[in-house]
Amino acid sequence: MATNVGLLTVQVRDLVRRYDDRPVLDGLDLDIAPGEFVALLGKSGSGKSTLLRALAGLDHDVEGTGELAVPANVSVVFQDSRLLPWARVLDNVVLGLGAADDRGRESLAEVGLAGREKAWPNELSGGEQQRVALARSLVREPELLLADEPFGALDALTRLKMHALLRKLCAAHQPAVLLVTHDVDEAIVLADRVIVLDAGRIVAEETITLAAPRSAADPGFAAVRSRLLDALGVSV
Amino acid sequence: MSATTLPGLRPRATTSPVVRRRRLGPGTPIRFGSAIGPVLLLVIWSIGSATGWIDQRVLSAPWTVVTTAGDLIADGRLQSNLWTSAQRALIGLALGIVLGVVLALISGLSRLGEAVLDGPIQIKRAIPSLALLPLLILWLGIGESMKIVTILLGVFVPIYIHTHNGLRTIDSRYVELAQTVGLSQWDFVRRVVLPGALPGFLLGLRFAVTGAWLSLVVVEQINSTSGIGYMMELARTYGQTDIIIVGLVVYGVLGLLSDAVVRLVQRRALSWRRTLAS
Repeated sequence: MATNVGLLTVQVRDLVRRYDDRPVLDGLDLDIAPGEFVALLGKSGSGKSTLLRALAGLDHDVEGTGELAVPANVSVVFQDSRLLPWARVLDNVVLGLGAADDRGRESLAEVGLAGREKAWPNELSGGEQQRVALARSLVREPELLLADEPFGALDALTRLKMHALLRKLCAAHQPAVLLVTHDVDEAIVLADRVIVLDAGRIVAEETITLAAPRSAADPGFAAVRSRLLDALGVSV
Repeated sequence: MSATTLPGLRPRATTSPVVRRRRLGPGTPIRFGSAIGPVLLLVIWSIGSATGWIDQRVLSAPWTVVTTAGDLIADGRLQSNLWTSAQRALIGLALGIVLGVVLALISGLSRLGEAVLDGPIQIKRAIPSLALLPLLILWLGIGESMKIVTILLGVFVPIYIHTHNGLRTIDSRYVELAQTVGLSQWDFVRRVVLPGALPGFLLGLRFAVTGAWLSLVVVEQINSTSGIGYMMELARTYGQTDIIIVGLVVYGVLGLLSDAVVRLVQRRALSWRRTLAS
């Protein structure tokens, strides 16, 4: 049902989603331009995941109204790597693609896992599993990449490496990205624009213009962070 | 850091003897421990037979059983009866597996299928297959079809129950994944449902194999003219306990062998799981 979105990859107008008559998304508007990296911050229960699931088309039984235009080719990265444990790494990457083994291999090489095609997911570390999940998403060359706290379950060091990898991959593939996270620093480091969701509405928005590589030591970084934390209702 | 001792901390006595705690578990395993019981039984049986303490009419001596087995093999009776029995069991097993898997898929993948099928199968499960024998004999006579259907009925239930359970307990997150990567219904069944239900299916298969032998024993003793059970039943009328024991040994070996085969298949098919244990 992708209407003509013109220059936008994602166009959301007046989106409402309810669980048991309690609005989780309450008249939300959101635009994402092609190739734009948007990070979505918000407290637990602010509607982050609901929005992401609505964009992914995974909210079958949820009541709601509003306009939603997303491209046909959307990939999702979940918090867990969600690899099929009974399928080898390469088969997981090309799941549902038919004859795409060569593309799958290239994709695995891109995330630094060349040579692990025949491994079982259980044999990989958490970070490696999440890299396979990234390869599975990007081998489909999505116009929109939806990521639901993809690094939330990783240790801090692995997470830093994954940030660098994700930046590199996004530069190469140029998908529009919506990254749901509750890590303010992660949002600032990765995104072109950070939006803050509260009670189903966007309550703050920051366009990040810091030069790469972005560092928390940068005074501009600290200023953005404190404004975002304010919007999240965290006083520091 | 500092050489001064903190107040309240005394240097540990290095000479105090280590207190050995009494071990509460059963201790280290005995080598070939699982053979001790059977060997002991065999010894008692042999001594009993040799001393005449066990009457030959009640239980033949082990060596008589061995020579009888030799005779039965020499004149081909054991092989032909064994072949007949194996055929019945395998045909019943194969049909039961197909039926169980197909029903489990229908009932697991569609709510309507579940509503229609699951109830009757649960009722069937509550009725021992062997209790259906009188009806089956009336309907199908005492020929091969009655025997195979009885085995089939004993087999399909555990296959259905465990496959269906395996299928229903597939993590919903994988279903969600299948949706996001746009799997077709057929690919969803092939790549997610069947492999996900495989551990359940293989568990069901182990029960099914045991069940198939059990049903076989019973149906072969009803108006059969061939098979291991028939051979034993015939021996009963002549009081040949040696032949009966040969039959029992054959059933035992078949049961053990088939379980070993299923376990081997299980190890091969679930190698993605074994990597966790190894």
